[in-house]
Amino acid sequence: MIATRQLCTFYLDGHFFGVDAQSVQEVIRYQEMTRVPLTPECVNGLINLRGQIVTAIDMRKRLGLRDRPADKLPMNVVVRSDEGAVSLLVDQIGDVIEVSSEDFETPPETLRGPTRELVQGAYKLDGKLLLVLNTTETVQLSAAE
Amino acid sequence: MSFEDAELLKEFVVESQEHLSDVENQLLTLESQGDAVDVALVNTVFRAVHSIKGAAGFLGLDTLQGLAHREEEVLNRLRNSELRPTSLVVNTLLKATDRLKGLLDDIENSNGQDVSEHLVALELILNGGAQPTPAPNAKVAATPATSAVDGLSSEALREFLIESYDNLEQLERDLMSLERNSRTSELINSAFRNIHTIKGTAGFLGFSKLEKLTHAAESLLGNIRSETLEFNSEISGGLFQVIDAVRNILTNIESNQSEGSDEFAALVTLLNQLGDGKPATKKSASKKAPTSKSPTAKRATKKTAAASETAKGEPEPAVTATTVQANSSAHNSAIATPVAKKTEPASAIDASSQSVLSSPDVQQPAADQVTAQAARATAKENEASAADSTIRVDVALLDKLMTCVGELVLARNQILQFTSGNADSELHSTSQRLNIITTELQESVMKTRMQPIGNVWSKFPRLVRDLAAICEKQVRIEMEGKETELDKTIIEAIKDPLTHLVRNTVDHGIERPDVRIQKGKPAEGCLTLRAYHEGGQVNIEICDDGAGLNYERIKAKAVDRGLMSAEQVARMADRDVGNLIFLPGFSTAEKVSNVSGRGVGMDVVKTNIEKIGGTVDLQSQAGLGTTIKIKIPLTLAIIPALIVSNDGNRYAIPQVNLLELVRLDGEQVKSGIEWIQGSPVYRLRGRLLPLVYLREQLKTESNIGMNSDALNIVVLRADDRQFGLVVDRISDTEEIVVKPLSKQLKGIPVYSGTTIMGDGKVALILDVLGLAHTSNVISQGRDRSVTESQDRGPARNSDSQTLLVLGVGPTHRYALPLSQVTRLEKIEPGIVETADHQEVVQYRGEILPLIRLGNQMGTGSLPADESALLEVVVYTENGRSVGIVVDRIVDIVETTLAITRPAARHGLLGSAVVQDHVTDLLDLPTIIRQSDPVFNNGQLA
Repeated sequence: MIATRQLCTFYLDGHFFGVDAQSVQEVIRYQEMTRVPLTPECVNGLINLRGQIVTAIDMRKRLGLRDRPADKLPMNVVVRSDEGAVSLLVDQIGDVIEVSSEDFETPPETLRGPTRELVQGAYKLDGKLLLVLNTTETVQLSAAE
Repeated sequence: MSFEDAELLKEFVVESQEHLSDVENQLLTLESQGDAVDVALVNTVFRAVHSIKGAAGFLGLDTLQGLAHREEEVLNRLRNSELRPTSLVVNTLLKATDRLKGLLDDIENSNGQDVSEHLVALELILNGGAQPTPAPNAKVAATPATSAVDGLSSEALREFLIESYDNLEQLERDLMSLERNSRTSELINSAFRNIHTIKGTAGFLGFSKLEKLTHAAESLLGNIRSETLEFNSEISGGLFQVIDAVRNILTNIESNQSEGSDEFAALVTLLNQLGDGKPATKKSASKKAPTSKSPTAKRATKKTAAASETAKGEPEPAVTATTVQANSSAHNSAIATPVAKKTEPASAIDASSQSVLSSPDVQQPAADQVTAQAARATAKENEASAADSTIRVDVALLDKLMTCVGELVLARNQILQFTSGNADSELHSTSQRLNIITTELQESVMKTRMQPIGNVWSKFPRLVRDLAAICEKQVRIEMEGKETELDKTIIEAIKDPLTHLVRNTVDHGIERPDVRIQKGKPAEGCLTLRAYHEGGQVNIEICDDGAGLNYERIKAKAVDRGLMSAEQVARMADRDVGNLIFLPGFSTAEKVSNVSGRGVGMDVVKTNIEKIGGTVDLQSQAGLGTTIKIKIPLTLAIIPALIVSNDGNRYAIPQVNLLELVRLDGEQVKSGIEWIQGSPVYRLRGRLLPLVYLREQLKTESNIGMNSDALNIVVLRADDRQFGLVVDRISDTEEIVVKPLSKQLKGIPVYSGTTIMGDGKVALILDVLGLAHTSNVISQGRDRSVTESQDRGPARNSDSQTLLVLGVGPTHRYALPLSQVTRLEKIEPGIVETADHQEVVQYRGEILPLIRLGNQMGTGSLPADESALLEVVVYTENGRSVGIVVDRIVDIVETTLAITRPAARHGLLGSAVVQDHVTDLLDLPTIIRQSDPVFNNGQLA
């Protein structure tokens, strides 16, 4: 049976990523944030989301990608998790697209690094691959770092 | 029995628990009063048990009812003074009450429970009641139980009124629903229960008219309930009349504590008729005319009668009253005028009023009474009716309200910040008003969550009594500041720690009566609970006049349990020893009793108190008693905090931890900070304050602030230690709303929460205790005595000197200026080696020669324990160090040194009196050169 799911997509260092659209609370532009010393490097800071304090995770750092050029401001993809809302900082936001399980494939064995644990698999789209992130794992910092 | 209405049952349980909550203490009071039985108090207890009995019976909770009934009987005997509240009686009652509570806790299964033990015990009292009822006591019974109102406290009466008004309202609603054809048994049951409650209490309180009336209504409803009678409009009409009448009586009771003079005989007859008459239609038709008329008429007359007689509420009676008074004085003056004929007419009224006072005029009392009533009427208008003044609110709702107010405070802060940079005066004044209103709202909402600490304390008298009995001690409990209020969450949080402390005090603190008498103290020990507000915090003290801490025993125990070595404890100051009991796994009880002494507890107490931002302090004087002082914040949600910034980030430091702020300018920035082996310290009024750089702790690098011309030190308190936190900038204090840390940040010890600042940005709240731990301010056992004893120094003078006092041999005391001391160390004897006939240790990468002061000065030293740690004073001169081995570090004192006796021998500067002891002042450089002539050869000045 062919199942479809909706993914909220975004770009990171030229790669195309997606998270379950269901888990996304909202997408907002760059917010000023408060740095938190002593945290893992990928924690960029805290933002005030209408009175709710949200931890922002730099997805480039989280996935071990190159640092974002200083002149580019990231965007916030706020996802709901068991531990409250968490913001994922991404380069650029894409569309919400519907994908079919037909095109899905688990990541190849050769994939290593942090990406290996966080990527559920890839959807083979026309001309590009869409990597699906496991949000629960992604926001779990203490275990991963 | 079926529990069709779980909510009803729940309500019953809550209500009954409330009833019982006070019973314990009341029983104890009764016991303490001995023969002088306070009838009002017995009545209160009786009423509580009676209500439970009634409701339980109604709900079919037979076991509960049975037990309550038996207890009620015993109480009845007490009430009639047929029984004395001996400790046996009170004990049995207390136990039965406990059992009642137990049954209530597991209400669903209460019917299967076995309560025979209590029943038998109570029965025994009832039967054996003959012996503890000696005739002489009968005279106590002088207070007539019939008019209980006299002995009734106004509070109890108020309670009754509130309850009854509630019941009436419910009854009214039920009747309305019943009339609207929804005749469910539930509604009838509810109506029945309401009227029954009023009846029961009224009967008990001696309001006979009320009782009679409600009784009639109850039987009527009873018939409907048992379905021998069908509900119809006549019945509901009659019942509505009852409601009006009861309300009338209640108003009377409220205003003048009597039922009023109305007779409700006709209404009662009507109700009886309605109840008896099987509603045969023909009969009712014939009956209908007279009955339906008479009550209405009666009601009308009754109303007017009540109005004119009791002069309540409405304005007319007050007017009438004045008229009457005016009339009477006019009348009197008319009479009086002939007498006062010769006086000036102007004073006629005056004279008349005087004559009224003096002459035995018949009208006078009447006038007085009317005036009094009028006064009451006006007083009543100002004061809301009892039932209107309180409502019950769900705690969840209050919590939500609190959260909203928190958000409002944040928004307010943001607006204030915004307007401060804006010149619009209208905006300014509006935001100022917003500010004021928000503050007021915040305070009010906080107040709704406040509860008096007495709520927690109220269970202690019983606890103490039972414990004292088990431990065979006599303990009296005294409370001061019961009404001190605390946030509900905090009340919950301190409940267990306090219970534990009280238990400990009775078990360990207070001695047995024989021991106390031996020591010349009264046999009865006194446990005092004290609570008071101080500086935005609440202080709670638990004091006893017991034996105080046995420091020797604590030391022995600490060694025994392997928590400390014998040498370590031998060197500890008394205060440190006292705090040992807060260590995990510590208990001094010689044997584990079933009360306490299992070695868990005191550490848990400390942890729990600290968890809510509080502190625990213990002071004890041998033979005189112990005082445990707990300081806790008023509330947790919104706290005052100091905002500081470092490397562009802002941090909030809870005000609770803040002691003072120090700012070093210009030259002082460099000269003010001294270094002891890489650790920066600052001399704060002569004491060494360890400094902690926030930058280092947070591992943030910065390009700003490093070379600034000022240094800001925030002096903080963590546990009982002080340290200075160096930050870039100190902003202001602000009320902040505490928000929890997100999961990702929970593991970092230096943060305790987050908050949103006035500009909408997030700031981190620093955890001072955590900061102290990560920076090693705390848990650095070796430096403990230094920082510790400095706290206790006397008032400091600028020309005074800080001395380190050392002990050698059994009694000898030496002192040297603290400034000569680099560090205090404890060294394992095992690592001492010998080089060139000199004892040395490897110390921080160099060889540290040791000098045993006792040998050097010829005063001898105590026989050293092989495994004991050596107490070493490290002295450094031009980069070379020497360790001076002493027997003990006595203290660090600040004193104005006056050498009273010049030095008699080499190595001493002289002798002085320090802390009431003759103390030799060491000349350390000389001593060192005595022992090692080539020490820093040639560099000696």
